[in-house]
Amino acid sequence: MRRSMLFLPGNTPNIIMNADVLGADSVILDLEDAVAPNQKDAARILVRNALKTMDFAGCEVIVRINPLSSGEWEADLEEIIPWGPDVIMPTKIGSSQDVQTISACISRIEEKHHMEVGHTKLMPLIETARGVENSFHIAEADPRVCAIFIGCEDLTADLCCERTKEGHEVFYARSRVVCAARAAGIDVYDTPFTDINDDEGLRKDSEFAKGLGFSGKACINPRQVDTVNAVFSPSEEAITYAKRVFQVIEEGKRMGRGAVALDGKMIDKPIVDRARRVLEMAELIQKKVTVHE
Amino acid sequence: MKITQRALAGTVESSDCMVMLLPAEELSIEIDSIVKQQYGHVIEKLVRDMLKKFDVTAGLVKIQDQGALDCVIEARVETALRRAGKEAKA
Repeated sequence: MRRSMLFLPGNTPNIIMNADVLGADSVILDLEDAVAPNQKDAARILVRNALKTMDFAGCEVIVRINPLSSGEWEADLEEIIPWGPDVIMPTKIGSSQDVQTISACISRIEEKHHMEVGHTKLMPLIETARGVENSFHIAEADPRVCAIFIGCEDLTADLCCERTKEGHEVFYARSRVVCAARAAGIDVYDTPFTDINDDEGLRKDSEFAKGLGFSGKACINPRQVDTVNAVFSPSEEAITYAKRVFQVIEEGKRMGRGAVALDGKMIDKPIVDRARRVLEMAELIQKKVTVHE
Repeated sequence: MKITQRALAGTVESSDCMVMLLPAEELSIEIDSIVKQQYGHVIEKLVRDMLKKFDVTAGLVKIQDQGALDCVIEARVETALRRAGKEAKA
């Protein structure tokens, strides 16, 4: 479950050391844009030490590495992979070959350190027009790919258009990556909302993303986490309805009925699948609340 | 091995520490920390262990600590050592 993925700058100890209390389902320790070019070495050593010593209290740890064009990405992987991050987020991925190049490098490192090859998952960041158009091939490029993530700031620069709060300019790209991910059977995550002072705008943007089919959304500030978590959590009504779906199915079985209805609506497979997802997610959220209490 | 070139790593932000390496004929460590009274000896041991790992036998190491955790101090010392051209012993 990743309702929220919170970006944390990779060279800032006081933020990284509090990563597990910020409420996000996942944290993204960032070695890319949040780190000055002359501090890349310091950030990767700091993030490596954090992975070595912190347990992050059940919070998934994703490490965002530098792009293939940077000359930094291999050093990032060499330092980070041996310490078992849950997911690596490669940046500016434009094709399936990009994913395969990174995956091959990770396999070499896993083998060298006697780790299970394929253990480390990948969440490619799609933030170019080429990446959007190749998104299905990226999603299917390698068994390590567990999800794809769209980043609309760099994307709008590549599209030669202005980034707006309304986001009409990225509607096609968002829809395209959702469709690509779902066709490949993996999760898909939405770009952050960059105005950290506009909570209402964040809520609307998150609801819109959820409506398109995104699994969750990235956050760039801890203040955004609660809103994003709330939007991507099933509502009380949805949980009640999902429970009723399974009650009606059980009753139908007992009475030997082949088909059942709820509130005048036939219960078919998509409704059952959705109800199952809602209840699974509600259970995961309950577990997380219990752990933090 | 001696520290032969100056190197700097870290910041003076809260929970971080700044490490400065300077050439010197003997090994010495200067610690300035907001928690020196309680943890000065722990910080010094961490630094000495890192220097040993990198086979450094001479040089001046200045630590300006702002309440950094052990793993942060180790990261900043390692970064400074690498910037000074040192590699950990195999």
